[in-house]
Amino acid sequence: MRDRGVIYTALVLFLGLLTFPVWHNLSAHVTAKGPDVKLPGAEKKCVAPVEYMRTSHMNLLIAWRDQVVREGEPMSGKSLTPTCLEKCHGSKADFCDRCHNYAAVTPSCWNCHEDRKAGPGSERAGMSAGAAGTSARATIARSGR
Amino acid sequence: MTISRKEFLRATGISLLAVAARKVKGAATTRWALAVDSAKCLKQDNCTKCIDACRQAHNIPSIPQQGRDIRWIWKDSFEHAFPGQEDPYSTQGGMPAMVLCNHCENPPCVRVCPTQATFKREDGIVAMDYHRCIGCRYCMAACPYGSRSFNWMDPRPYIKNPNPEFPTRTKGVVEKCTLCSERLAAGKPPACVEACPEKALVFGNLSDPHSAIRELLAARRHMRRRPELGTGPGVFYIV
Repeated sequence: MRDRGVIYTALVLFLGLLTFPVWHNLSAHVTAKGPDVKLPGAEKKCVAPVEYMRTSHMNLLIAWRDQVVREGEPMSGKSLTPTCLEKCHGSKADFCDRCHNYAAVTPSCWNCHEDRKAGPGSERAGMSAGAAGTSARATIARSGR
Repeated sequence: MTISRKEFLRATGISLLAVAARKVKGAATTRWALAVDSAKCLKQDNCTKCIDACRQAHNIPSIPQQGRDIRWIWKDSFEHAFPGQEDPYSTQGGMPAMVLCNHCENPPCVRVCPTQATFKREDGIVAMDYHRCIGCRYCMAACPYGSRSFNWMDPRPYIKNPNPEFPTRTKGVVEKCTLCSERLAAGKPPACVEACPEKALVFGNLSDPHSAIRELLAARRHMRRRPELGTGPGVFYIV
């Protein structure tokens, strides 16, 4: 039994390594809880069932995009900012971002579409960076005569 | 189920007729076009109201660097707009002309686009789907009118007075005049047409023989930009 010390030390080390994910997550305050999205207050019913929207909202948005942009359907009721955001979900930061951050995805929707309440340009660089005068070509003087 | 040879041929013939009828009926009930009355346009010196209205309506950035700016409608000299048609005694010589996307009948930009991001709608508008644009700029090389602009940088910092009703574009996509398809859908004329104080821009449906633009084109001499290229421009210049 002279090896008792070595055996118990190795056992403790082994158990420590085995349970590494558990205590690492505990120390990093990671919980099994999903993202805490802020649900719309007034509207209770989405355009499609919740389960479908959770897994496939991107497909719905792509279908809307094709219908409006390519097939020339009217934009009313099928647009990201006016329909999804302003009619129901309110704020991109409180709804879209929370889940997307949790899932570590960065959709490029907001490079063009805007969260009007958060203000234009809020997604990216500030507004003051380079607002400048009118384009030089816009003012060709009638100098030829 | 069996089908006799005779029945098969009959069904095929009827189907073909139906397809043909649909094409004939569906074709060209609308062909949007624009006419620019040059004399009226030149009445006010240095007027940029149509350009400003377009800029405001579509969140077009004002980028000061030459070659980086975004243009949907702009002024160019007569010599640049109508190369080969200038002469030393022309009254138009040296005068600026309003130029914009011609929404061609045979748009070369559509033909070269590898992703079909730019396409011709049934009403004649050459439209862009920015979602599909990969920024290859083939369309810019193909367009003989220079009607397309590339976003070399994020346009948002350069938009002075953003219009929340219209999306912006993003770095790396090409953009162009849409003939205000979003306003047409709402029953309104294009922003430039509405903004012109001299009513120098006339918008209408070429397929309707009683439309204002058809009557104007029937009554007045007009020209198009570079007709020899066979693009069939939809922007007419009344001279």
